[in-house]
Formats: sequence, C-alpha cells, structure tokens
Amino acid sequence: MNIPENLLYTKDHEWAKVEGDSATIGITDFAQSALGDITFIDLPKPGAKVEQSKWCATVESVKAASDVYAPLSGEVLKINAELAAHPELVNKSAYEAGWFAVVKITDINEKSKLMNSVQYKEYAQGLSK
Amino acid sequence: MNYIPHTELEKKEMLKSIGASGVDELFKHIPKELRPKSFNIPEGKSEFEVIEYLKLLSRKNATNLTDFVGGGFYDHYIPAAVDALAGRSEFYTAYTPYQPECSQGWLQAIYEYQTIICELTGLDVSNASLYDGGTALYEAAMMAIRLSGRKKIIVDSGVSLIYRTMLYAYTSNLSIEFVETPVVHGQACREDIYKYLDDKTAAVIVQNPNFFGAVDDFSDIVQQAHKRGALAIASVYPVSLGMLKSPGEMGIDIATGEGQSLGIPLSFGGPYLGFIAVKKEHMRQLPGRIVGATVDKDNKRGFVLTLQAREQHIRRERATSNICSNEALCALRALIYACLLGKAGFAELSRLNYQKAEFAKATLDKVSGVKVKRSAPTFNEFTVCLPRNADQVVCQMIDKGFACGFPLGRFYKGLDNYLLVAVTEKRTKEEIAQFANSLEAALCS
Repeated sequence: MNIPENLLYTKDHEWAKVEGDSATIGITDFAQSALGDITFIDLPKPGAKVEQSKWCATVESVKAASDVYAPLSGEVLKINAELAAHPELVNKSAYEAGWFAVVKITDINEKSKLMNSVQYKEYAQGLSK
Repeated sequence: MNYIPHTELEKKEMLKSIGASGVDELFKHIPKELRPKSFNIPEGKSEFEVIEYLKLLSRKNATNLTDFVGGGFYDHYIPAAVDALAGRSEFYTAYTPYQPECSQGWLQAIYEYQTIICELTGLDVSNASLYDGGTALYEAAMMAIRLSGRKKIIVDSGVSLIYRTMLYAYTSNLSIEFVETPVVHGQACREDIYKYLDDKTAAVIVQNPNFFGAVDDFSDIVQQAHKRGALAIASVYPVSLGMLKSPGEMGIDIATGEGQSLGIPLSFGGPYLGFIAVKKEHMRQLPGRIVGATVDKDNKRGFVLTLQAREQHIRRERATSNICSNEALCALRALIYACLLGKAGFAELSRLNYQKAEFAKATLDKVSGVKVKRSAPTFNEFTVCLPRNADQVVCQMIDKGFACGFPLGRFYKGLDNYLLVAVTEKRTKEEIAQFANSLEAALCS
C-alpha cells in the first residue's frame, strides 16, 4: 500500500499536503482500492467553505457513493478540473494526478488531529487484518 | 384458488416454534378497543356478478358529455394502435422490467421515451418518468434547492393550483420560503417576480400555457433568474410543444409537465404521467430512474439503468429523491403515441388544437353576454367571462350534454363568473356551434 511520507492522513482515508497556509487534499491509495473503479467525483465549488471532519465531496464508484470529509477546515481555492472527464485518475494516481482540491487553511493547529504516514500505515494495516 | 399457501398443520408448527398458542395471540399487544369488531368480508361473488356490479358503478360516470374541460388534463384522440401495442403482454405484464439481461425491449422503449421528451422540451436529459405533473414539479423544485443551496422559490400563480398545493404539501416540513406572484392581464407579472428575485432565490416556477390558457415567452424571466444565480423551472403542456417555443429555447433549466395528453385516457384522474427534462449540467441531480445506452462485451448496443448512485438504494438519505419507481406503461403509451404521429403529425396536431380553439373563441364572441378574454395569446384553452356564476352555468350545460369548462372561481378568488374552456382536435365545428347555441340558451333562461 502506497503511503507517501510527506502527507498527513485522516481515519477516513483522506490525505492533506500542507504547504504554507494552503493544503492540497485527496483520498488515499487504500480508499481508491476499496472503492473500485471510480466513475464520478462530486467536488465542492471554489469559494466553498469546508470544515474538518465534515462532508466536502462525494466519490461515486460502480458499487457505492462514498462521502469524503475535509481533513482541514478552510476555503476551497481551486479544484482538479481533470477529474470531471477522468475520474479514473484517482484510481491510477491517488496522491498526484488524482488530487481533489486546494484549500486555504483557516486553523493550522488542526494539523494535530491528523496522522502522519507511520501512524496511518499502522492504522490502515490494522483495518486490513 | 387458495391464496394462503399454508396448511393448518404448517400453521400449528410455526406457532409452536415461536411459542404461540394461536394466531390471535400474535395480535395481543393491540388494545382490544382498537381491533376491528368484525372484518365483514362477504362471500365471494361469481365473475358474472362482479362484472354486473362494476358496470353498475361505472354507469355513474358521465361518458357522453361533449368535453370542453381542460385545466391540465385533455380529451385528445388516442389512436387504436396505442392500446394494441401497449396491451401486448410482453409490455403489459412485465413487473419492474429493468434487469438488462432480460428487459432490453422495455429498456429501449423507455430510452426512446426519454429521447422524445428531450426533443419536445428542447432540453438535454430526461428520466424514465415520474408519477404525474404535480410530483414532477415538486421534484424540479427540490432539484433547484439542491443545486443552488438556497431555500426560496418564487411561484407564479398561473401555475395550476393543484400543482401548487402539492408542492407546498410535499415540502411543508422543509422550511422553504415560497413567494407567489400574481397573474396580470392573464400573464406572469414580471414586476412582482423581479421584486422578489434575489440572491436567496433557488428558482422561479412558471407554467406554459398557464392555468388561464395564456401563452408566454419566459426568456426574459429566465435571464433575470440566471443573473441572480437562480434556476428557471417551467411546467409545460406537451401537445403545445408542437407549435410553441420550447422551454429549452427559452433557456429554462428544468421542464416538467403532465404527459396524460400523450396517449393516456383521462380515466377519472389517473394513472397519469409526470415528465421532467433538464440541462446537461443538472443531470446528476435528476431524480428517478434513468435509462442509458451502452455496449456489451461484444460491442453490441444495449440499454441499462444508469447513474444509479443518485438513488436511495445507494445514496440513502443523500439521494436525489425517495422515488424509486416510474410510470412505465404510461411512458410507453406516450412513446407509441408520439411515434405514430411523427414530427409532422405532432406539429399538425398542435396546429389543429390551436385553430379549433381560435374558431371556438370567434364563435363564442357572438354569444351575447359572453366575453372571451383576449389580453394574452392562447393555445387550445382560453378564459371567458360569463354574466353570472360559472358553476351554475356548468350545471345547466351538463343537462344539455356538455362538460362546458372549468369554473375558475374554484381555484381563484373573485373569478366566480369566469370559465376555462379547452378545445382539442376532437371537437368538431358542429360541436362548437352547438356548444355556443346551448350556452346562449342557458344564459337566457
């Protein structure tokens, strides 16, 4: 299972790449694998406010529609326009080409509630057993 | 035939395994006073007796009146082929025929029905149908609320009161603000609509033709609504679309309506057919079933239910709607009807309706005391002002063999003398002339 070291993770399998006062967010390799072929992603609109651990997007796969929760609170600066025509990018490259959105963070201290790659790896492996 | 498949022995065994002494014991938690004193189910009747009883009931219906009543549901001619094809057991008896492995015929029919609705409304995507025009309008309103994130809706009072009542009833626990705007000189009052249109408005809802029969071009309202980020919804009469500017051409986001006029008998209120069509960008918020075309593993064309992640069996409480059904047989009839007419035939049907209504208006102009309202153009339905109470006149006209129209006072305050008259392609010159003569006689007495 792919778990980049430079990212932060949530229990619901979202990741955040914090750079200064903004963060790029998406779902992890574990999540895309569990969901199966992704057919559509319902992303928030730029300018929308998101709240940590609250719903911010929905991922539809052939078997389900799953809610995605924001790893950090903030305002959506931009979203990944490629995903509209190519939702499969999330399956192929969950951490790079399959990014969901860039969020301007409102409270940097919220980072403390997220897991680092080592903690997330342990958590994910625990789930797989 | 024994409808209950359990033997007495099986019942005893089942009761024993759950520790109950008898069937009555299963209902013991229901207080005695709430249980029925008796079920009073009489003995069964023979087929002959049942048919005679049903005939007796049906004789209470007036089926011989010359029909000039509209108000959303119209007396159009239904070609015999509609019954013949829709009555085929492959169509008629299929239950929820949506498994692609065994229902390609049905799925293709619904796909074609969806296509026809798109062609008529000038919009991009339609669904497999809804229950009726009223619930369709409700679904459109809910779509607008979800798409805009706003909770205020402006409703033109030219929209059928039946539909407005349904809309308010369905949404009564949802804290939605409805603002009704008046009809002025027969049409939607722009001044009032624009007064209430703001950044909190989810949608503006209009009807074409409106309940008074007046035809309008809502492009201006659509533009203003879009400027404020609101959607435009129109409830439309499908037969009129053979002639009038389509909702798509006006820029309308969601078109809904009643499909009864497309090959479905009046049947004292139903079953009817709700249709809905939307712009492509709103597709994922469409409620209900949607049939899509695809290819199988051999690259052969096939049809399936698609975009199912909108629906409640997957999305649960975040689904676009709780509807998980459609009016397949009625939609099939609408498809067959439209195909029998074809493009040219549909346009001709539309023109016939318009021309006959214009002829009727000219004929009624000559009846003293009757004032045909001409403040707005009409399609096949128009309003007349009578010298006295329209309800009374309707009763008199029934005795003369006419269902002469809908008394508008029933739906609108202060319009007790106004009558809504509909004229379809079925009404002959002779019938219209007799209608005028009978009306004249009724008003004189």
